[in-house]
Amino acid sequence: MSKYPEIAKQGLWNNNPGLVQLLGLCPLLAVTATLTNALGLGLATLLVLVGSNILVSLVRDFVPKEIRIPVFVMIIATLVTCVQLLINAYAYGLYLSLGIFLPLIVTNCVIIGRAEAFASRNSLAHSAFDGLMMGIGFTLVLVVLGGMREIIGQGTLFAGADLLLGEWAASLTIHVWQVDNAFLLAILPPGAFIAMGLLIALKNVIDQKIEQAAPKPEASTVTRARITKVS
Amino acid sequence: MKLTENLMLKNGLILGIFALLCTGLVALVNGMTKDTIYQQQQQQLKSTLTQVIPDDFHNNDLVNACVWVNSPELLGSKEDLPAYIAKQDNQPVAIAIEAIAPDGYNGEIKLIVGIDNNNQLLGVRTLTHQETPGLGDKIELRKSDWVTTFTNIQWTTNDNTWAVKKDGGKFDQFTGATITPRAYVKAINNAVNFVVQNRKGLYQSGRKCGENHE
Repeated sequence: MSKYPEIAKQGLWNNNPGLVQLLGLCPLLAVTATLTNALGLGLATLLVLVGSNILVSLVRDFVPKEIRIPVFVMIIATLVTCVQLLINAYAYGLYLSLGIFLPLIVTNCVIIGRAEAFASRNSLAHSAFDGLMMGIGFTLVLVVLGGMREIIGQGTLFAGADLLLGEWAASLTIHVWQVDNAFLLAILPPGAFIAMGLLIALKNVIDQKIEQAAPKPEASTVTRARITKVS
Repeated sequence: MKLTENLMLKNGLILGIFALLCTGLVALVNGMTKDTIYQQQQQQLKSTLTQVIPDDFHNNDLVNACVWVNSPELLGSKEDLPAYIAKQDNQPVAIAIEAIAPDGYNGEIKLIVGIDNNNQLLGVRTLTHQETPGLGDKIELRKSDWVTTFTNIQWTTNDNTWAVKKDGGKFDQFTGATITPRAYVKAINNAVNFVVQNRKGLYQSGRKCGENHE
């Protein structure tokens, strides 16, 4: 009946923007050298994604299909600019460390992709939820990637969390191990590609395992269905 | 024919309305955040300046004691760069000057140097750079305390030891990177040189900045 569980499943796993759609790779790979940056960019993207899905869904009946793309782009650009201004005002340190990747959210294909493929055809609530789930899916991938690279590269977790969350978060930084020299491969872009590849492979392995385990419960439902039919 | 014209007109109108609404929203948010952003920038600047000229050194408002300086050969940029003059009871006592090391490993490194009237360095900090993460980025205080080695160093003219150890100087380079610290040390030397040559003019300079920040 409800579409929500399906939307959630699509966004978080089956159609995850980072791992399956492979959209928005530029920020994904560039910003995930530390967990804090990854989380910051993930949350900013999430905010824009929810906002753009809501707005696109709201205006979907008024926008002729010939000009829908320019309208969507305008909406997204507006939202990104607003988010950028807000981060600049209230999380200045994060603004400095995210740099160019903040305005570049505009070019993240996940956002226009969801506007076009989902929000322009679905109700407000469904679209908002889809934006939220896609955003969380994207953020999760960023965070996992950021965490992996930060631990391997610098031996820390949450370094610079105070930039994102305020002064109190400075104590959140965890020194997992002591490195005299950062493990460069993990910090530089090639490390991001390798880590990303490993994550995608891991997801595929899990999917295969699920598929292999699946036939049994499916078979049982089939028999039950037949029974109900007979009765 | 008439039909397509009408359609185009309608679509154009819709696009125009959306452009107007979007611009309006951005203008609104910009208006709301403008003051906070300005304060944030000022605060950031102030905290940087405090690190290169200690607070007990002067009693003027350093952020607003800003003059433009320009020296392509010594400050590494054709553009005007800001310098901040610290005064104790209206007497200039030190200057914090922004400089660019044009020969970093990966482009320009922007730094700020605080120097007192006896040519002693009060502090040096990196402002922006694109050096290799994990190697060259040790010029950031967040990554390493390397920049603090310059604090309280006395500068003299034609000092042969004003170089990294690898070049026979007195400053440590850090493991894995020589080009970055070499460029950095040189940029500091040039900046101090510039101040020493132009100190009087700088202290009386009328090319004020910071008053019309926008």
